Amino acid sequence: MAIDVREVSKRFGEFPALENVSVEVPTGSLTALLGPSGSGKSTLLRVIAGLERPDHGRVLLDGDDVTKRPPQKRGVGFVFQHYAAFRHMTVYENVAFGLRVQRRPKGETRTRVAELLELVQLDGLAERYPAQLSGGQRQRMGLARALAVEPTVLLLDEPFGALDARVRKELRVWLRRLHDETHTTTLIVTHDQEEAMDVADQIVLMNHGRVEQVAAPRELYDEPANEFVMSFVGPVNRIGGAFVRPHDVELQLQPSDGCEEAMVERLVHLGFEVRVELVRGNGDQFSVQISRDRALELELDRGQIVYVRPLRERTFVTD
Amino acid sequence: MLSRYGLRCFALGYLSLLLLAPLGMVFWRTFEHGFWPAWDSITTSDARHALYLTLLIAAIVVPANTVYGVLCALAIVRGRFPGKGIVNALVDLPLALSPVVVGLALLLLYGRTGWLGPWLTDHGIQVVFALPSLVLATIFVSLPFVVREVVPVLREIGTEQEQAAATLGASRFQTFRKVTLPAIRWGVAYGVVLTMARALGEFGAVSVVSGHIAGKTETMTQYVQAQYEGFNVAGAYAASVLLAILAVITLLAMTLVRRKEETV
Repeated sequence: MAIDVREVSKRFGEFPALENVSVEVPTGSLTALLGPSGSGKSTLLRVIAGLERPDHGRVLLDGDDVTKRPPQKRGVGFVFQHYAAFRHMTVYENVAFGLRVQRRPKGETRTRVAELLELVQLDGLAERYPAQLSGGQRQRMGLARALAVEPTVLLLDEPFGALDARVRKELRVWLRRLHDETHTTTLIVTHDQEEAMDVADQIVLMNHGRVEQVAAPRELYDEPANEFVMSFVGPVNRIGGAFVRPHDVELQLQPSDGCEEAMVERLVHLGFEVRVELVRGNGDQFSVQISRDRALELELDRGQIVYVRPLRERTFVTD
Repeated sequence: MLSRYGLRCFALGYLSLLLLAPLGMVFWRTFEHGFWPAWDSITTSDARHALYLTLLIAAIVVPANTVYGVLCALAIVRGRFPGKGIVNALVDLPLALSPVVVGLALLLLYGRTGWLGPWLTDHGIQVVFALPSLVLATIFVSLPFVVREVVPVLREIGTEQEQAAATLGASRFQTFRKVTLPAIRWGVAYGVVLTMARALGEFGAVSVVSGHIAGKTETMTQYVQAQYEGFNVAGAYAASVLLAILAVITLLAMTLVRRKEETV
């Protein structure tokens, strides 16, 4: 295990940020720490990096107990949401920083920085200052800077959170490719379930300072451990005590066995899919997702009465 | 449009009336009879000593308050310790307190009948009416400038850059030297200029503790006063001009360095 977090707890005053959290990140994997804001995912990342001290528990990196070690001696690369670029240094100097403080030979530093700048596609911008870069470029610089010291693990704290949607998607794909090339164990914090599903081999879903489920993206979606997981990783309807995904509902114009009547309230065109917002007889609202072709075929309209039947539903035992 | 011009006229008019006119007057009176009479009146041995003393005090006070100011600002912004609020408030005390009170306080502490005075005299250390008290008084009155300039800059840059440096393997000292210090350098520079200006121009506190011994404990500002009171008005004006020139050089130096830096 590259990262092994054992029963870590951390409080900020009265607020329990982490409660007895244990997480294992396999060597060479790309794992996402997913959760809503305030779920403790960033705190956990900072505990792993040594930027926060846990109240209880231990952190092991490559089998070494580093709980009491300062961040300087942990061999982690950290990428910050707001880049944390050294503003008075050029791109080159930023990336070279880690190598320079370790007093590596000049020639080695030069070659390594050049390699990294090429890797993050910033060659040619080496003499620029961070202020002269776009957000996406700054974050790639942040990544190159973190990778320069050859960290055993790479920790990314909402790295694309400050970027606009398009750049975010581009960088996501790019990060995945970079990981496939370098195989550096990577832990990425995100509140965006789509981002987590997109990049990660394994997702650790957190809520209220606890781990809710650890699973591969598909398993997390198909086999959610509880109601929170199910509703966090995708849209969900509650019908009675059961939960059903909008695309797991059959929608017909004629009544049949096990069907329930509902009225079309609104049609939302999402490109390839159409979201049909419905209201049931008892006033409950829910939504169904169907393909565009199916929507055309049914000739749906507002106020129309339709019949719905859940194809796959889940119930959870609540404690 | 009109209001913008109006505002500009008001700002300039106000400055001219209160600052430029008196200053211009001093310059004019100094060089009324040409350059050489003015030159002669500031090259007397007393005048030269006063200038030397003023520069010496500044040379001690500015570095001392710069180092203290940066450390103190770091403590106020980054530190977590009990009594932080008190430190923060105390730093402003010299701004609120009249310099004369500062001088008197030093007399009470270090003077012949003061708390520490007798002990110091026994050990052959002369504080009051000598260089140490001049330095102490000047340090006190110019204490807040670097702190007050650096604190907001430190708050603004936040801790992320320092944390990034730490994860990259930089020791605390390396982080301070390579990341924090360059980031706050303009705050420090501005604080230094203000400290310098205050150190050169301080009158009240220094006046109380100096003893006014011409050629010995008389600083430039006191020299101006002494000459004026001794009816050597030309000498007083010339020395004033010299002080003004020193102030202008200080400001100019910073502007030049800053401009050079910004074109990078």
